[in-house]
Amino acid sequence: MLQASNIEFYYNSNQKFEIPDINLKSGDQLLIIGKSGSGKTTILNILGGLLKPLSGDVKINGTSVYGLTGGQLDKFRGKNIGIIFQKPHILSALNVEENLKLANFFAGEKSDLISPLLKELGIFDKRKSNVNTLSEGEAQRVSIARALVNNPKVILADEPTASLDDENASNVVKLLQQQAVKYNAALIIVTHDQRVKDHISNQITIGGES
Amino acid sequence: MNMLRLSWKYLIAKPLNTGLNILLLALGLAIITVLILIQDQFENKMTKDAEGIDLVVGAKGSPLQLILSSVYHIDFPTGNIDMADAIALSKNRLVKNIIPLGMGDNYQGYRIVGTNHDYLDIYNAEMVSGVIWDKPFDVVLGNETAAKLGLGVGDTFIGSHGIGSSSHEHDEHPYKVTGILTPMGNVLDKLILTSIESVWYTHDEGHDHEKFETPVAKTGFPETDEDREVTSLLVQYRNPIAAVQLPRFVNSKSALQAASPSFEISRLFELLGVGVKLIQGLAVVIIIIAGLGIFIALFNSLKERKYDLAVMRTLGASNGQLFLHIVLEGVILTFIGAIVGILIGHLFLAVLVMQNEQGAISGLTAMVFLVEELWILVYAVIVGIIASLIPAWNAYQTDIAKQLTKA
Repeated sequence: MLQASNIEFYYNSNQKFEIPDINLKSGDQLLIIGKSGSGKTTILNILGGLLKPLSGDVKINGTSVYGLTGGQLDKFRGKNIGIIFQKPHILSALNVEENLKLANFFAGEKSDLISPLLKELGIFDKRKSNVNTLSEGEAQRVSIARALVNNPKVILADEPTASLDDENASNVVKLLQQQAVKYNAALIIVTHDQRVKDHISNQITIGGES
Repeated sequence: MNMLRLSWKYLIAKPLNTGLNILLLALGLAIITVLILIQDQFENKMTKDAEGIDLVVGAKGSPLQLILSSVYHIDFPTGNIDMADAIALSKNRLVKNIIPLGMGDNYQGYRIVGTNHDYLDIYNAEMVSGVIWDKPFDVVLGNETAAKLGLGVGDTFIGSHGIGSSSHEHDEHPYKVTGILTPMGNVLDKLILTSIESVWYTHDEGHDHEKFETPVAKTGFPETDEDREVTSLLVQYRNPIAAVQLPRFVNSKSALQAASPSFEISRLFELLGVGVKLIQGLAVVIIIIAGLGIFIALFNSLKERKYDLAVMRTLGASNGQLFLHIVLEGVILTFIGAIVGILIGHLFLAVLVMQNEQGAISGLTAMVFLVEELWILVYAVIVGIIASLIPAWNAYQTDIAKQLTKA
C-alpha cells in the first residue's frame, strides 16, 4: 500500500535527515517517534506528497507519488492521503459540514461518508456549527473526519495529541486506529509524545533515542 | 461545494469589509449610470422635439433662449415680434412652411401655447379623445397635462398671465377643452395648445362676442386688420440652400433673430459637457479607490489565510484552483457592486424625476435599461480581476510544506 525507499532529503548537506525505508500494507499502523527537530514532520511531508525528496521514491497503492506533476499530484493527494495536523486547521469561513464537503470537492469525489463519519465521531449535532464555536477536542475530531472523508488509502497524523490532555490524547489515538481499521487504510502517526507509544507496537525511532 | 460558493463563503465571513467595498464601488458606478441615463435620454428627447423644425425666428436676444422657449418650452421667450414682419418672412421663397407661436399664459404651471394646426402635424399628433380646436378659447391638452390637471373634454378653466408661476388671472374668458392628445413622449405632452387668436383675445380689453364665434385660422396666420404680435415662428426650409441663406437674411433685419435648433443644442451639450466630464472624472476616481480597497482587503486577508490555502492544497486543491479562488472573490465583489450601483443609479434618477415634475428633466424615466449599463458590468468585473491578480498570484505560489511547518 505504502512504500518509501531510499529517500534522501536535506536543507543543508551537513545535516542530512536519516529517513528509514517504510513498507506498509493496508490496515497496517506505524508510529514514528522522534525529538523536535529530528525531521519527523519532514518525513510526513515527503510521505504526504507535500515535499519532493532529493532522491528516492514514495509509492502509494502502486502509484509513484512524485512521478505525478502539478494538478495530478494535488488530486491524488486529495483522494488517497488524509492528513491530520497538530492543530485542527479547519477553514473558519465554512461550517463543519462544509469543511468536509470542500475536501470532497477538491478531491473530485462525492462521498456519502460525511454523515456517518460525523456520527461516529460524535459531532453530528455540530455539523452546521461555526468552526469557532467548537472545543479543542471537537475541532480535532472534525479534522480527523475531514482527513477520512475521501476514504483515503493512507492516513498521516502529525503530532495529533500534542495539545490534548491524557484522556483526550488516548481517545484521539484510539479513534484514529479504529477508523484506519474500519476503512482499511494504512496509518502513520508521527510524534514525540511518549503517551502514544503504548497504543501502536510497530514503531520507528529517528534522530536517536529520546 | 464549488469554487464560487467557496469564495462567497469567505466574503460573507467578513461582512463589514465586503459591504464597504461593494458600497464604494457601487457609488462610483451609480454616478456613471445616472450620467449615462440622463445623457442618453436628454439627447434623444432634445433631438426628437426639434425634429421637423429647421429654424426658429423670434425677437432679438439669446439664440439659445429662443430655442429653449419655442421648441422645448422650458425658458422664457425673448419677446414678441410684429406679425407684419412675420407675414413678410412667410412669403420668402426659401420658406416651405411657417408656424406662428403665441405664448405668455399658463394654467397651474402648464404653458398655454397659441399656434395653428400645423404645429400638431410636425409631431404627427393624434387625438385620444375630442377634436382639435376650431374657435377661440378652444384648447387641446397634452396627455400628461390632462392627466395631471384632471381635465377632460368639455371642462373649462381660466388661464393666468405669465409662464411659470401665476400672477393675475384672466377671469373673463374661460378656456374650453375640446380634445386631448395621445401620449407622444415629447414636448407636446406637457402643453396646452390653442389658437393664436385665443392668446390675443385673452389680452384684449374689449369684448367682441361676434369675434369669439368666428372659426380660427387652421394654417398660416390669422387674418386681422389690427396690429398684432406673435412670440416666435417655427420655420421649415424649402430646400438645402435655405439653411445657408435664410438665417443670414433674417438676422440682417433689425427686429428679428433666427436660431437653428440643432446648432444651439449641440452648443448647449458642449457647455454641459464640461460639467459632465468633471463628474465622470470624480466617478472614475471613486472606482479606482474602490479597486484599491478590494486589492488591499484581499491582500491583507491573504496573510491570515496562508494557512487555509495550504490546507486546501493538502485536501487536493491545485494551485490554479487557489488562483481562481482569489480572483473569484474580486469578481464576485465587483459584480455585486456593479448590480447595486446600477440599481442605485436608477433609483436616484427616479427620485430626481419625481421631485422635478415640471422641470427640464421631468420627461426622463428611470425605467430604461441601456446597453451601456452592460458595459458598466463588464468594466467593474475587469476592475475586480485586476485588483485580485497580485493576491491571486501569491495564493498560487503558496508553498504547502513550508507554510504548514511554520505554525
